[in-house]
Amino acid sequence: MISFHLNGKETRVDADPGTPLLWVLRDHLQMTGTKYGCGIAQCGACTVHLDGRAIRSCVTPLSMASGRKVATIEGLADTVLGRKVQSAWHEVDVPQCGYCQSGQIMAAAALLYEHPHPSDSQIADAMDGILCRCGTYNRIRAAIKVASGGEK
Amino acid sequence: MNALQNPSRRKFLTDSTALLGGLVIGFYLPATGRAYAAGINPAKYPPDAFIHIAPNDEITIVVNKSEMGQGVYTSLPMLINEELEADWSRIGVESAPVAAVYNHTHMPMQLTGGSSSVSSSWEQMRQVGAVARVLLIRAAAAEWGVPEGECHAENGQVIHAKSGKRSGYGKLADAAAKLPLPEKVELKQPKDFKLIGKPTRRLDTPAKINGSAKFGLDVYLPGMLTVLVARSPVFGGKVKRYDAEDARKLPGVHGVYQVPTGIAVAADGFWPAKTARDLLQIEWDEGEGAALSTPDMFAGYLELAKQPGLVARHDGDAEKGMKAAHRTVSAEYEVPYLAHAAMEPLNVVVDLKPDRCAIWTGTQAQTMDRAAAARIAGLKPEQVEIHTTFLGGGFGRRANPRSDFVSEAVQVAMAVGKPVKVVWTREDDMQGGNYRPMWADRIEAGIDKDGKPVAWKHTIVGQSIVEGTAFASFMIHGGIDATSVEGAATLPYLIPNLEVELHSPKNAVPVQWWRSVGHSHTAFVVETMMDELAHLAGRDPVAYRLDVLPSASRYRGVLQLAVEKSGWGKLPAGRAQGVAVHQSFDSFVAHVVEVSLVDDRIRVHRVVSAVDCGMVVNPDGVRQQIESAIVYGLSAALHGEITLEKGRVMQSNFNDYPPLRFSEMPKIDVHIVESSKEPSGIGEPGTPPIAPAVANAVFALTGKRLRRMPFGKENLA
Repeated sequence: MISFHLNGKETRVDADPGTPLLWVLRDHLQMTGTKYGCGIAQCGACTVHLDGRAIRSCVTPLSMASGRKVATIEGLADTVLGRKVQSAWHEVDVPQCGYCQSGQIMAAAALLYEHPHPSDSQIADAMDGILCRCGTYNRIRAAIKVASGGEK
Repeated sequence: MNALQNPSRRKFLTDSTALLGGLVIGFYLPATGRAYAAGINPAKYPPDAFIHIAPNDEITIVVNKSEMGQGVYTSLPMLINEELEADWSRIGVESAPVAAVYNHTHMPMQLTGGSSSVSSSWEQMRQVGAVARVLLIRAAAAEWGVPEGECHAENGQVIHAKSGKRSGYGKLADAAAKLPLPEKVELKQPKDFKLIGKPTRRLDTPAKINGSAKFGLDVYLPGMLTVLVARSPVFGGKVKRYDAEDARKLPGVHGVYQVPTGIAVAADGFWPAKTARDLLQIEWDEGEGAALSTPDMFAGYLELAKQPGLVARHDGDAEKGMKAAHRTVSAEYEVPYLAHAAMEPLNVVVDLKPDRCAIWTGTQAQTMDRAAAARIAGLKPEQVEIHTTFLGGGFGRRANPRSDFVSEAVQVAMAVGKPVKVVWTREDDMQGGNYRPMWADRIEAGIDKDGKPVAWKHTIVGQSIVEGTAFASFMIHGGIDATSVEGAATLPYLIPNLEVELHSPKNAVPVQWWRSVGHSHTAFVVETMMDELAHLAGRDPVAYRLDVLPSASRYRGVLQLAVEKSGWGKLPAGRAQGVAVHQSFDSFVAHVVEVSLVDDRIRVHRVVSAVDCGMVVNPDGVRQQIESAIVYGLSAALHGEITLEKGRVMQSNFNDYPPLRFSEMPKIDVHIVESSKEPSGIGEPGTPPIAPAVANAVFALTGKRLRRMPFGKENLA
């Protein structure tokens, strides 16, 4: 048994400690908002927060989460900042197919947590690891600016 | 409860339409050949198939097209609600089951593709909404004992202005459902549209920003096992022998099974299944696919391009025209195989019972997939249910004419004997074939003394995507697959001597439609050659095109608009512009692209785009699709390449098949041409002209012609 805090709740999982956190969330806990895209930290669809920082859950073993705080898209609305990001995403109407958007939103939320008013280069650095095949990048940038209180 | 309220009582769910039986009008309709049946018989599309009204006024629109990002869960409800006049904020969407009433209006099957969802549903969905509105008004008028003509519908209510009576749709639905269908309904004139043409936020956005949107991969059934299949590393290869002893010993592994496509490992989740699959020892009989290597294939294709092929278009006499030309140019082009690489890798959930089969997947081709599943499971199509989830991208891959991923999943379910979720890893998905074909093209062209093009001979070499499928009978004519030559045989420029020829070699690599299909390569070839001719003639590439486009052509409008908005010719040093214009799926798109070199590699800074897709349903949806199509096409133009060595695919994941990233994203401005024509496609037409616009901009900047895709790695110093 390994325990960690998932979206503020103590969670215990009986899984091999080497299992990537992504598959613990999905297959063990049926928290399906976090997505599988590549399995090798190339696409960022699996991005979650570990102690407030954006990580790729597809290459993060469960053992690394032990005793720590994990936040996923399902828990994002629990925070003021999370609600702000979601509302900006809605205002700009960012998603198309939507598959990458949990990862995009979690990466953006971690960025805004660290830099409430990020520069363009900080935005590009934070978001470059999250792929979108539908090409929503410009809307993502616009939504991050809305969420940070700036101009689109 | 009534038929409008209770989907389980919908009587139309008995479906006996024979798949592809005779009446196919076609997936690819020529721009002028679309025959709209004016005034569809209302009985053909009963409103209760598409609209459910709950007593609390909540409305569910059943959408018969798959939502893969293109916005169809918003645009089709907009069409319905333009006539239904319900409260837009109370509208929700669910995906349609498989039934004849949900077939594409142009063909006897349920299918999402060919950028045809809005154009083919334009009249149908508005009529569905109008019929429902008429019934609701009749029900209210009867209840109140007032003339129907004195009542009107507005924002989810029927109103009798004279008496001040009003009632929500929820209270009227029961009575409305019992009324006979009207024989005919009048549809609004475009000038009266309230919703169509207004930028409208997507109905699926809320679910896609909180993690609740369900994709195929998110379906979990009780007792379900996750299955990964080890498939042949070479296309067409078969298992010779295998050893699964180590794989079977792993905790969480339930079994290892041989299936027609390879060796399937069933386990309690993805991770044990993946770990166990890595331990399999498999010896493959690779077959003739093992001989395939990309450089040899291109060499063979280019050799073929010099030979006479089947004639797809023949105007005048290209050979004579070439001899008489003042100057001539010839060029060879290579474009590679491309994977669709949707963000959600392929996956299918199957729950197979002796007398029924339930399937959950993100498919674009429900009727074909159901027929394939039924055939494999020994069931009737009616015994197979398909639950269409959200698609984490489609781009054509999820409309497989061989139903490859669904067929395999049913075979796996039969072998395992429990509910299964077959998951393709990213590597499986990328190396799994069904690619956009690789193409080699050769063009010879000549201009006269005034610089005008007088001769053009284009030879195309590449596999047919429909050969051997159910689509062949109506998409291949005289040996010519219409999708292989689209965009080339339809060249709009006035050139008196014009010949387009085709060779369709066969090999073991499975190929398929990929966003914009044949246009994805022909636009690159013809639009870079037009640029080349303009420079040969010493002319501006925009003015040159306008000189040789027919006067009433819709190409002109988008070309002129994009150029006007781009500040054509006014650029700082170190930057250059390129232009391309193309028609596909009856829509016209021009892009003006601005590039520079950064570390001797191409950097695309800005794309100014103009689109003419007829009347626009959701302008913001059109903008999204042009932005999306540009990024999809730029990924291919700069980076996309699937290559083979000894039959093995050399790319495996996003590290070696890199889509465009955030930091490479250009600024995009989209301008829409106002039009009163019926809507045409929007999901794909933005893709074809982006690669040639980039290549033409690079020529303007460096004087180097790019004739081989992708260009991202080219050192242009």
